[in-house]
Amino acid sequence: MILLILLGVPLFAAVVLAFVGDRRLAPEVNIAGSAATFAAGVALALRVYEQGPMTAGGKFFFVDAFNVYLAVLTAFVSMTTAIFSRRYMRREREHGRVGHVGMRFYHAMFQLFIFAMLLCLLTNNIGILWIAMELATLSTVLLVSLYRTPTAIEAAWKYFILCGVGIAQALFGTVLLYFAAERVLGEGGDALLWTNLSQVSDKLEPTVLSLAFVFLMVGYGTKVGLVPLHNWLPDAHSEGPTPISAVLSGLLLNIALYALVRCKTLVDGSTHSHRAGDIMMWFGIISIIVAAFSLLRQKDIKRMFSYSSIEHMGIATFAFGLGGPIATFGALLHMLVHSLAKSSIFFTVGHASQMHRTQEMDRIRGLIKGNPLVGWGFMLGAMAIIGMPPFGIFTSEFLILTATMKDAPLMTPFLLLGLGVAFAAILRKVQFMVSGDAPSYQRPLKAAHLPVLVHMALVLLIGIYMPDFLNQWFHKAVEILR
Amino acid sequence: MDLQTASQINDFLAAFVLLGAFGMLTQKRIYSLIHLFAWQGFFLSVNIAIVAYAAGRHHLYISSILTLSLKVILLPYILHTLVVKLKIRKEAETLVNIPATMLIGIALVIFSYYLTAPVTELSRLITRSTIAVALATVMIGLLMMITRKHAVTQIIGFLAMENGLFFAATSATYGMPLVVELGVALDILIAAFIFGIFFFHIHTTFDSLDVEQMTRLKEGD
Repeated sequence: MILLILLGVPLFAAVVLAFVGDRRLAPEVNIAGSAATFAAGVALALRVYEQGPMTAGGKFFFVDAFNVYLAVLTAFVSMTTAIFSRRYMRREREHGRVGHVGMRFYHAMFQLFIFAMLLCLLTNNIGILWIAMELATLSTVLLVSLYRTPTAIEAAWKYFILCGVGIAQALFGTVLLYFAAERVLGEGGDALLWTNLSQVSDKLEPTVLSLAFVFLMVGYGTKVGLVPLHNWLPDAHSEGPTPISAVLSGLLLNIALYALVRCKTLVDGSTHSHRAGDIMMWFGIISIIVAAFSLLRQKDIKRMFSYSSIEHMGIATFAFGLGGPIATFGALLHMLVHSLAKSSIFFTVGHASQMHRTQEMDRIRGLIKGNPLVGWGFMLGAMAIIGMPPFGIFTSEFLILTATMKDAPLMTPFLLLGLGVAFAAILRKVQFMVSGDAPSYQRPLKAAHLPVLVHMALVLLIGIYMPDFLNQWFHKAVEILR
Repeated sequence: MDLQTASQINDFLAAFVLLGAFGMLTQKRIYSLIHLFAWQGFFLSVNIAIVAYAAGRHHLYISSILTLSLKVILLPYILHTLVVKLKIRKEAETLVNIPATMLIGIALVIFSYYLTAPVTELSRLITRSTIAVALATVMIGLLMMITRKHAVTQIIGFLAMENGLFFAATSATYGMPLVVELGVALDILIAAFIFGIFFFHIHTTFDSLDVEQMTRLKEGD
């Protein structure tokens, strides 16, 4: 029942918003829909926390500690993004960057996107997982090109084509997985259910599963934005409206990684080796290093933070590949804090670029003088994302680094190199943007402070004191993934 | 129809699907490309229907009808209308010349046979010999998307890949569960809607559907 509400609300809201269109109350309806989704998410989480994993709808849905925390995170960040986007999109409308049709489209697709992501997380069927992932991509393609500028259309086309290619590989991987499962579980839809597959994973044919994993890795890896499959990501994340950048970077990447990690547990169970983990580690470490060096060359503020997303997804992928309780715990935590910090950064970046009417970092100056809360929010967000203590990202990166030193010492220097370069690259750029006098072309604006404050407070809280329930939760998820 | 004959007809039609893929790889004219794509879908749907009959899997009939209505009738029709509306005749130059792409295509077929060998060995289905052809169709669609620089051709490559995936599902497992096949078909429909909008956007913004012009988002300075 809770599940139906959780999935039904965004879908219903999408339909309602398609009718409401560009009326005055549309952003408020959007916020209300997201808030209701978040409430349903919390209710579901409480239930799973008390009663353990559950299946529903004739085994169509499956909820355990791993996906429920991501579902709550998805619902939470989409709620704060909706709050942020209320004023932001109104201003974009006043500036004439979006039209009448665009606004209708924006709100409806935003809710559909949330629905697709939640379906991805909660479904028990790996076929449906694929379909929902494709739906999530398709619902955001036209949002990326919302401004209709040549660069936005180029970015959206790249996103559409490259993710289409990638996700097709994942479908082939899913077919192979079904092929292996069918031999053990018999024909029919049951052979694609997680709950069944995870029980018989040691009976699945290892050669077929290894082959399937290669395709799944390439497919979902494209969506995670791992190097060398990352080409679309900086474009798509930087050319769309900022609220969309926030949910793409903060949420959709997590969902793709979730799919990959689920598949990995099956492959591990079948092959009894570390092969899948090794592949993920290599993809991860290469992503970290390439993204870190690309950070140095960026001129566009949103592009820079898109590369930072590639880096952080690389870290989480690396840690999941490394395996073991500490690294897995670190990776789960990293997905959570990165999502919170990155979306918060995109909120402040959105404000900053609206104040200066540009995304070029060279022209953004004197943020703290111009608008202290935006300036400090941006500064602190950047501190958090480069892994400064006492923020939560420091904790997760520290855990991952310790695990690396113990289990894969040879990887440590590469990991440290990537983290160090990213640290320097972002800090150097951010320093100039927040300090100094406000330039003459800077305009004041009424910013939405609440989402930024809440996100940063949470990232700080997790860094200083991890709540007990979160701790238990992650331990349960680590149990599932070993 | 005994299984032996069904298996042979299946192989025969698979050859035509692959031939369609190669045909698309070499074809430069947009209209012929759309026709080739429709033919490929047609052979695929007949193939799926025959497997459905020979193996007695009735849900495959639905998959066959889906392929027929989507890939043979609806999508080619949409593409045709768009091409007429946007007045596209011939596509721009390919990135790699055609004989070279043919050779790469042949290499991909051999690679697919090598890759799927363990799957084929394990399978006991009458369609097992066509798994490699299905993967090859996917790979050639991919190659087409990479080497062509025209929005319509890239989309046809994308759809040809989807054909290959349906084919793979049929030959490896007698089709995915029905709910999944329907979902995939729905996604393709939404994708068709989106690329339709896109063609207009690209056309009005860049004044042509040549993707080569989209080079503003280059890295660096």
